Amino acid sequence: MKSRYLIPLAVFIVIVGFLAVGLKNDPKRVPSPLVGKPAPHFELPTLYDPEEKISPEKLRGKVWLLNVWASWCVSCRAEHEVIKRLARMNLVPVYGLNYKDEEADAKAWLGQLGNPYEASLVDRAGNVGIDWGVYGVPETFVIDKKGIIRHKVIGPVNDEILRETLVPLIRKLNEEEG
Amino acid sequence: MIPEIGHFALILALVIALVQGVFPLLGAHRGYASWVAVAKPAARLQFLMLLASFACLTWAFLQSDFSVLYVAENSNTRLPQIFKFSAVWGAHEGSLLLWALILSAWTAAVTVFGRSLSPLMMARVIGVLGLVATGFLAFLIFTSNPFERLLPAVAEGRDLNPLLQDIGLVMHPPMLYMGYVGFAIPFAFAIAAMLGGRLDAAWARWSRPWTQIAWVFLTLGIALGSWWAYYELGWGGWWFWDPVENASFMPWLAGTALMHSLAVTEKRGAFKAWTVLLAIFTFSLSLLGTFLVRSGVLTSVHAFAADPSRGLFILLFLAVVVGSSLMLYAARASKVRSHVRFELVSRETALLFNNVILVVTTVSILLGTLYPLIIDALGAGKISVGPPYFNAVFIPLTVPLAILIGVGSLARWKRDSFANIWVKVRLAFVASLVFGILFPLVAMQHFSWQAALGMVLAFWVFFSSLKVMKEYARGRGIGGLSLSQWGMTFGHVGVAVFITGITLTSIYSSEKDVRLVPGDSFSLGGYEFLFKGTTHLQGPNYQGDRGEIVITRGGEPVTVLYPEKRNYLSGMPMTEAGIDAGLTRDLFVALGEPLDNQGAWAVRIYHKPFVRWIWLGALIMSFGGVLSALDKRYRVLARRERAALAGGVA
Repeated sequence: MKSRYLIPLAVFIVIVGFLAVGLKNDPKRVPSPLVGKPAPHFELPTLYDPEEKISPEKLRGKVWLLNVWASWCVSCRAEHEVIKRLARMNLVPVYGLNYKDEEADAKAWLGQLGNPYEASLVDRAGNVGIDWGVYGVPETFVIDKKGIIRHKVIGPVNDEILRETLVPLIRKLNEEEG
Repeated sequence: MIPEIGHFALILALVIALVQGVFPLLGAHRGYASWVAVAKPAARLQFLMLLASFACLTWAFLQSDFSVLYVAENSNTRLPQIFKFSAVWGAHEGSLLLWALILSAWTAAVTVFGRSLSPLMMARVIGVLGLVATGFLAFLIFTSNPFERLLPAVAEGRDLNPLLQDIGLVMHPPMLYMGYVGFAIPFAFAIAAMLGGRLDAAWARWSRPWTQIAWVFLTLGIALGSWWAYYELGWGGWWFWDPVENASFMPWLAGTALMHSLAVTEKRGAFKAWTVLLAIFTFSLSLLGTFLVRSGVLTSVHAFAADPSRGLFILLFLAVVVGSSLMLYAARASKVRSHVRFELVSRETALLFNNVILVVTTVSILLGTLYPLIIDALGAGKISVGPPYFNAVFIPLTVPLAILIGVGSLARWKRDSFANIWVKVRLAFVASLVFGILFPLVAMQHFSWQAALGMVLAFWVFFSSLKVMKEYARGRGIGGLSLSQWGMTFGHVGVAVFITGITLTSIYSSEKDVRLVPGDSFSLGGYEFLFKGTTHLQGPNYQGDRGEIVITRGGEPVTVLYPEKRNYLSGMPMTEAGIDAGLTRDLFVALGEPLDNQGAWAVRIYHKPFVRWIWLGALIMSFGGVLSALDKRYRVLARRERAALAGGVA
């Protein structure tokens, strides 16, 4: 037996090893060090009123959602329906973080697809995105009354996540003391 | 009662598969003729059992028997009849049953068409396929049983995922599985040949038509999937480099390499060990694809229900099947010598390069697909690999491949010279340069160098294929060409058509998102799109809106499109695009969102030149594959071998 004929087997064993470890990891779960920590500070203008500045401190005392979106993001289109449904439930105010986007594009996008947001904060340079540990768009953060990030959804929110995770969590947080 | 019969037939199929896997292999090893004789009847019986089982599940769907959990989860009384039928394979359990059924059908086909095989070879091939079937049936019964009961039964089922309620889905998975599973046949032949210690040209000749047929199904399956994504997802895209798509594309690339290397092994007796390895590699990628799709280790737009215990089972299965095959390979391949010499400039070398490029492409895609998983497993973070990576590796690798098609199919076996090849190709070379550069100048809106490069390659493949025909026809006329030669020509012309489609669509497509009030019109790609408004729509299991868009060009009516926005009972919104298909362009209109109460809508409009050529190319390639597999020489040789076999026995 010549050793070079063993090479395919060796390569295969390595791949199986990785697959086995991969089975244990959930690819959709990205642990965020921010969960359980206070929401990082920002003070950003909103898309439709550059004079109006919003910061997490101003939103203290109520449960709110921060949904990171951009007009260039294809998955956001898929998610948008669900975000609109969530906003219509009147459970929680949804704020948008318009991430690395052009103002005109962002407005056109909301004009076409509908605007579920209380306000969309403009993070053109993406600095706030870095502070908040944004991996990719879309992402959604749930912030409680004390201003602590309690949950983070990576990727588009779908009906299942909405029904089984977000809504129960928001209901629970709404009942907590401020 | 009927579901229990199906369940019972499924368990019997598992037991038969085990018998089919164990006795013929041991019998062939020890020389027990009676054990060897078990192979054929067991394979056929297993097929009948799975057919019965599949029929029972289909019956449960058609009767809307919601006491069967799988039916309750994937069907609904209001689902149209045809989709009740296709819902059988609309989710995990049923599609695995289909997988197993197809594997047993392929095996039964080997017992019918492989009559020229020696009983020992036949026993080994059937035995290997029996072991593969055993693994799959055990997986099916123990982790994903489609016949599980739901008691008490529910009154109404949950409905099939609306994305899948489409004629494209009715055909896509069966085609894809025919391809995936079909590669089990060359795999089984390779293993059987190694077990028997006879890796010769005969083995390659048996494998070739089976590989070609499997490849044809996989080509059609992938093309159907791409076409389905194009009109059903409403994004106008036709390929997304999604892990699940890659899972089907990798075996296709490896299978393409296998087809070509089998040609060398059959005709020249070279590349033997390499061809065996490719046969193993191709089937391993089919199994890996199944693992990636079914275990949920990677995120994908194809959101299949993931279950770690299932993933573990498939991984173990994969490890056993591929691991033992590669061990056998390590033990046997070193004894296989190809005593054939060929010069540096020869068709063998060209096909070697073809194989190297195809395998490198496959491995690059494999790396890109598994990279997020590897990085995650190493604890180095979470990443995703997207289209920029895949396009960056795929496109530069296909350019030399396209050039090779022309050179390789004109080069002579064993030895040739550059001067000789140049004489043959120079006309095709000049013609492809001229036509390729002129095409974007004359036929398209603006000139682009990438488009010119793509078109030069497409014309090159096309003209050199014509030249190959001319060479073959020399002295015996075009009617004297064998089906294999026609097959090769069609296969390569299909590549030319495919390259044309990809090049022109990716460079010249335009799209616009616009807000339209009834009466508004918009122009794109030289066409006027007039929005007439929407009407309410009531379907069997959905309601929604239907838009009407009148398209004109220079005042002349072209067509009227009716894109739809549907809301299904299951709560999922769906976009049904309105598409006017044409040979040189598609017009594609999708309804976005209603914007206000005055009837204004967000509408997405696409103009996609030559997009049909992508699927047309795949169809032509498949046709070439069918022609090759039907070549007379396989049948003539089979008849001769059968006669020899009969003579030997008598």
